[in-house]
Amino acid sequence: MAELDTSSGGGKGGKVRSKKQSTRVDLTAMVDLAFLLITFFMLTTSLSKPLAMDIAKPDKDEKNKDNKLELRESQTMTILLGKNNKVMWYMGEAGKSQPTVEGFSGITKSLLENKKKVKEKTGKDIIVIIKPAPGSTYKNFVDIMDELNVTKTNVSAPAIDDDPANLMESERQAMIKEGIYKQ
Amino acid sequence: MPRAKVARKSTAVDMTAMCDVAFLLLTFFILTATSRQPDPLDVKIPSSSVQFKVPDKDLAILTVGKGKVFMEIIGKDVKQLTLQKMAAAYSTSFNAEEMKRFGVMTSFGVPFGNLKQYINMNGEQRTALEKQFNGIPTDSTINGELFRWVKEARLANAELNGVDMRISIKGDADEEYATVRKIVDVLQKQKVNKFSLITTGE
Repeated sequence: MAELDTSSGGGKGGKVRSKKQSTRVDLTAMVDLAFLLITFFMLTTSLSKPLAMDIAKPDKDEKNKDNKLELRESQTMTILLGKNNKVMWYMGEAGKSQPTVEGFSGITKSLLENKKKVKEKTGKDIIVIIKPAPGSTYKNFVDIMDELNVTKTNVSAPAIDDDPANLMESERQAMIKEGIYKQ
Repeated sequence: MPRAKVARKSTAVDMTAMCDVAFLLLTFFILTATSRQPDPLDVKIPSSSVQFKVPDKDLAILTVGKGKVFMEIIGKDVKQLTLQKMAAAYSTSFNAEEMKRFGVMTSFGVPFGNLKQYINMNGEQRTALEKQFNGIPTDSTINGELFRWVKEARLANAELNGVDMRISIKGDADEEYATVRKIVDVLQKQKVNKFSLITTGE
């Protein structure tokens, strides 16, 4: 880098002095490099840290397989995860109420609506059952759990029922009809 | 009247202090950084809005993708003790050099019978060997390998750190849920009913 000469010029004395060399080193390039590296390390450490979503599943009792939790019909909303990023949900008992098929963008609204309805009707909190059907991806599952977190419909922990054997025949038929069941 | 002479000032700025600060910060970030190792199993993790960051100790990560499962145990001492326990369970042994190499490995995904061979390989050979197998065998019986690995890792962690190990599942976004369910079954079989799913921020 250019530096202006600020020395006062030659001395008065007749003695010839050797010119003093500056001891300063130009640090600009070094600082540039240092900051570049700082930026790199900052971005690769804290920002790339993944997040953990906690999932709790009911205890599986091998000896007592019929030990199932009974849920009140008026309080439950069942969400079935199908293929092509579609979900199907219905209130109450399977086969008795009309199921709705939606994409993931619409489910937030439905969750909030149903939560309000259940609260008004019964005075209790909604219970959501998640059933990932064949054809649903891992992303769908994470998405729906996230929606439950966002809409605060998980006051009582959502029941995850992922055993394909627990998928009821009426549910299966409804999903096949809508074309979101992978045979 | 003669004009007053303005003293000429140098335009060079003293960079020393700035340089000092920059390098201090640089040193800090280098030392705190845990460099990201390339994942042997490349997965695209789904996004979510949760805020809880993955802890960096007492953790085992099960990576699920393309129908395969890879396992990663965090912490060198926990990893080595796990291998010791596994070796005892399968009545084999590993020498000190193999132990050391296993301690610095990230995730692995070969059947236990091929682990010795896998440890003694270099990066390229390892990738080639991984391709031949379907990850860690996942049958959820008591003698299933994944079941054993998770169990021994939990025991090792409890022994060394005195806390329960967190089990995390790092799944590929497009993986069928059925594959993930197999892993969850293995965990539930040993009464791990609480686990976390690894996601990225949105």
